[in-house]
Amino acid sequence: MTKIIKPGKQSSIFRRPSSETGIWSWITTVDHKRIGIMYGYAAFFFLLIGGLEALVLRIQLSQPDNNFLTAAEYNAMFTMHGTTMIFLAIMPISAAFFNYLLPLQIGARDVAFPRLNALSFWIFIFGGAFLYSTFIFGTAGAPEGGYLSEEVGWLGSAPNGGWFGYQPNAGMKYSPGTAMDYWAIGLQILGIASLISAFNFITTIINMRTKGMRFMRMPVFTWMTFAVSFLLAFSLPIIAIALFYVTFDRKFGTTFFLTEGGGDPILWQHLFWLFGHPEVYILILPAFGIVSEVLPTFSRKPLFGYAAIVFAGFGIAFIGFGVWAHHMFASAISPVAQAGFGLSTMVIAVPTGVKIFNWLGTIWGGKLKLNTPMLFSLGFIGMFVIGGLSGVTHSVVPADTQQTDTYYVVAHFHYVLFGGALFGIFSGLYYWFPKVWGKMYNETLGKLHFWTMLIGFNLTFGPMHWLGLQGQVRRTWVYAEETNLQFWNIVVTIGAFIIAVSIIIFMINWIFSKRKGEKAPFDPWDARTIEWTIPSPTPEWNFSKAPEVKALDDFWHAKYEEDDEGRAVRKESAEQLLIELEEEGLNPTENIVLPNPSYFPIVLASGLPFLGYAVIYKSIPLALIGSLLLLIGSFGWGTEPLEEEVEDEEDNNEEYLDNV
Amino acid sequence: MSNAHAYPHEPTGVETRKLGMWVFLSTEILFFGTLITTFMIFKGREFPGIKLTDVYDIPFTSISSFILLMSSLTMVLAHNALEAKDQEKTRVWLLATAMLGAVFLAGQIYEFTEFYHKGFKLDTNIFSSTFYVLTGFHGLHVFIGVVLLLALWGIGQRQQGLTLEGGMNLEFVALYWHFVDIVWIVLFTVVYLI
Repeated sequence: MTKIIKPGKQSSIFRRPSSETGIWSWITTVDHKRIGIMYGYAAFFFLLIGGLEALVLRIQLSQPDNNFLTAAEYNAMFTMHGTTMIFLAIMPISAAFFNYLLPLQIGARDVAFPRLNALSFWIFIFGGAFLYSTFIFGTAGAPEGGYLSEEVGWLGSAPNGGWFGYQPNAGMKYSPGTAMDYWAIGLQILGIASLISAFNFITTIINMRTKGMRFMRMPVFTWMTFAVSFLLAFSLPIIAIALFYVTFDRKFGTTFFLTEGGGDPILWQHLFWLFGHPEVYILILPAFGIVSEVLPTFSRKPLFGYAAIVFAGFGIAFIGFGVWAHHMFASAISPVAQAGFGLSTMVIAVPTGVKIFNWLGTIWGGKLKLNTPMLFSLGFIGMFVIGGLSGVTHSVVPADTQQTDTYYVVAHFHYVLFGGALFGIFSGLYYWFPKVWGKMYNETLGKLHFWTMLIGFNLTFGPMHWLGLQGQVRRTWVYAEETNLQFWNIVVTIGAFIIAVSIIIFMINWIFSKRKGEKAPFDPWDARTIEWTIPSPTPEWNFSKAPEVKALDDFWHAKYEEDDEGRAVRKESAEQLLIELEEEGLNPTENIVLPNPSYFPIVLASGLPFLGYAVIYKSIPLALIGSLLLLIGSFGWGTEPLEEEVEDEEDNNEEYLDNV
Repeated sequence: MSNAHAYPHEPTGVETRKLGMWVFLSTEILFFGTLITTFMIFKGREFPGIKLTDVYDIPFTSISSFILLMSSLTMVLAHNALEAKDQEKTRVWLLATAMLGAVFLAGQIYEFTEFYHKGFKLDTNIFSSTFYVLTGFHGLHVFIGVVLLLALWGIGQRQQGLTLEGGMNLEFVALYWHFVDIVWIVLFTVVYLI
């Protein structure tokens, strides 16, 4: 009789959490799938908030000299829009994919450190809540005599120094109040979350691969997760230290970035972009991975140039650390540095181009099935190429100094991050929907979502190219009527609302399909990687026994063979294999030990916002509360046994042994 | 790990948590790297007035550095004792390591207080700011290390004692501790000697 070993009662000092349903089971879970789902929903929630902020910005810009928002409110909105979309939406939604899929793709039962995984999720939640609590507690003043010194409403009480926080503008002198402190410390907390997950994923990929899963047999999505984790691990420390300096400057009177005390504002730009440019690849590489899974599946062909795609990914990650100063061509850096960084920016387009051609090679001559995931992946390629090409134009320094701080740049990075990253993410959301929920999404609504989003997206960000070249500047809350910029600005605003409609279609599809969708077969796409060899929805224990991988695209080779002319032919045994796999997946024959749920990740994480408030308000009691929570959390964590001994379980805790 | 189930682990042969520790330490290098870089950039910009060279006491800091380095030795002794399954000795050397670390911290606190009274404060000039943030960040690491060592010592008091596997692992606390010591060698050279 097979047993799933459930947590024992006797824990260190507290009772172990043992509920399997309801809210407590989610709060204490260490299951990578549940954590992935929570990451997904939380990130989507923040995506909606960031989207609303964007709509507010677009309403303001729909008319010349509009006064829908004040200047202060506009500053707060674009700062929060950028910060939210990058740190609270795209990064965690990628983390959702990593969490859910990574162990499945390498055939593992969970990540290397399940509790650390829960910890990074809860730190992310508390960090996001901390950042957004600025709307309640934060204050954003204005420098005396400045043009912003009008009444600042609640909308304006958010960080307003831009997501890049340039110094000295984001310093105490020009951004008084506490809002920018919320920004600096909020990002610090979110950074901790990402750092922890980066350690976790790197270790997982190196050490948790199943039998036969050599590095060069890993799915491309796993490879990209690997690359992103390294980028996170090596770029976040830099911004963490830079944010320390900002906090010290603002709260404790140092002058790291302030010229009046011998500091250097350009140093902030260097440190920020030394993180900020790898961050761009942190946002886009997961989408590269998703697209590299979707395209071969729906083209009925193997991925063209697997090794090239993998090494190009790492090439991008590596060169990504050497291009940061192209964000700073308009600042005081030497001509030699400008030339050097211009060159390296051109060079990084090469591995990116390699990937694009590999994807085109993959769909070339394939029998394309144009389902929603495939449409989004194709849309991704098209939009990303446009964004990539306008990106290369920035490597030409004289042209870049013209385009800096105009809407041309805004158009560029939205084509890369929305048309690129977000399209890839939607592709993945539809592609793995059946695996996660065991239901099929509605294909008609999915296609409707794609087309409205594609049209809305291009209406929104396409015209920004020429608005920028005509001279409309970023981060400015009005434009004069005489500039004749009104027509395209209205088009852009209409486009933004079409995107909002497409998101609503997506949500309707998601909610209804999840409840009432058709039951999904466990391999609906005739896919290639091993996460499709297990039932949908994924059972709690993932794989009934550790799969053994014999080739790249192992599942495909199990179903197909080559005929005499080298064409793939479905094996006669394939149908039988699927039936056997489903049978086996639902009825494990070995004892299964799952990591135990734990209270301590959330306790430990809850200490951080208190420490944040303590620094902002220089409050000793808050610091003590925060430290106490950290202490309780880590003490409980350290003394909690990792896994129950299986023998003990069978002797002592019969009632916790579920028979399957 | 005492896994009774036959799920494959560790194709690399390195224990998973130890590998995680190595990855963690590799990012720590970037934390300190950024701090040291800033320190080097701001070195020589100490206007107005007072410099580190006006206030510091090299013999004192040398002695406390020596104490910290010795704690790496006692850490190794603790590890050896545990490999020889000598619980008693392991605990003694662990406690000794923690105490040496605590002495180093006390020395740093004394030093900071001295500097402060001599007018070398956090916001005196850009150099003093970088000095305090850099050495303070290291001090925080030593503090966390001492807490970890004491926790390990506390776990060692329990009946089953310490093992080289098990939850809180002596081996990766040792990795962390040696790393913090090595960083101090760099910091002492860069900050005090150059």
